[in-house]
Amino acid sequence: MVSDWASDQQAFKGVPWGKAMMWIFLLSDTFIFACFLIAYMKVRIAATDAWPDASSVFALTAFGVKVPLLLIAIMTFILITSSATMALAVKYGYQKDRNKTFILLVVTAVLGLSFVGMQVFEWAKLIEDGVRPWGNPFGAEQFGAAFFLITGFHGTHVTIGVIFLFIIAAKVKRGSLENGRPGFLTGRKGRYEMVETVGLYWHFVDLVWVFIFAFFYLW
Amino acid sequence: MADASSPQHPLRMYFLIWGALFVLSVFSYMVDISPLEGFAKWSLITLFMLLKAGLIVAIFMHLIWERWSLAVPLLLPVGVLLFLMLLMIIEGDYIKASRLMFFADS
Repeated sequence: MVSDWASDQQAFKGVPWGKAMMWIFLLSDTFIFACFLIAYMKVRIAATDAWPDASSVFALTAFGVKVPLLLIAIMTFILITSSATMALAVKYGYQKDRNKTFILLVVTAVLGLSFVGMQVFEWAKLIEDGVRPWGNPFGAEQFGAAFFLITGFHGTHVTIGVIFLFIIAAKVKRGSLENGRPGFLTGRKGRYEMVETVGLYWHFVDLVWVFIFAFFYLW
Repeated sequence: MADASSPQHPLRMYFLIWGALFVLSVFSYMVDISPLEGFAKWSLITLFMLLKAGLIVAIFMHLIWERWSLAVPLLLPVGVLLFLMLLMIIEGDYIKASRLMFFADS
């Protein structure tokens, strides 16, 4: 490690710069989300009113039975599945299997889209129930602010990820990565590392959801 | 940590991790609907959360196949967040105590 860093040309040997930059971006994003979650923790500790019980706030009635956190559980499984298809897309990308990579990227993007759709549904339901950033009928006022900020920021990340997945999928499909064709806005040549880079971003979105699921919904 | 410019891993590994993430999610869901409370509940939720996060970062994001010179600067700063968390716990407790002391009636 020390000799890597002490070498004159490159600290991250064998790592394409796009990937290294994505990792560094993700580290900064980790800090943003961590600050949100820690702020939520602090606000929850300091709240004098009882914190709303997430299990019942997010319960859905399915077939006449009230199931706690039903939608959240489905969203969690969808995001995990999309992470798995993404990992497979990266694998097939490196095998230069254009068709499989394309299909897996599209599947990942569609799963991501359905996740965003469910989140919209969840927001609509909560707003209908009277949850607002400044108050709600279930308990501590700070609940709404924390919920909309954290899930909204995460949903934005998912949406951006879906857009990038579709872009990369189109590039894979038309063979831009194989032929090293430059992109629309950049002179950079396409290459299969781009699949891994967008994959890192996507896994990160899943990773953040793991923490939101635990801290916000289960805690 | 070997060089990982184009890693090739068997399909089986990806499905195993996928299954493990599924099972861990089910476990954390079970903890939520079970009657467990307090320390047992929190520690189990945190345990499953960290296991899931570890699997995603290590395997799906291929971090265990990266060189130390990349992995260490990515993982080390995250420890700082634990310190921020500790500070905010102290701060939150203090604010709650002051609120209860001075605004208890309103």
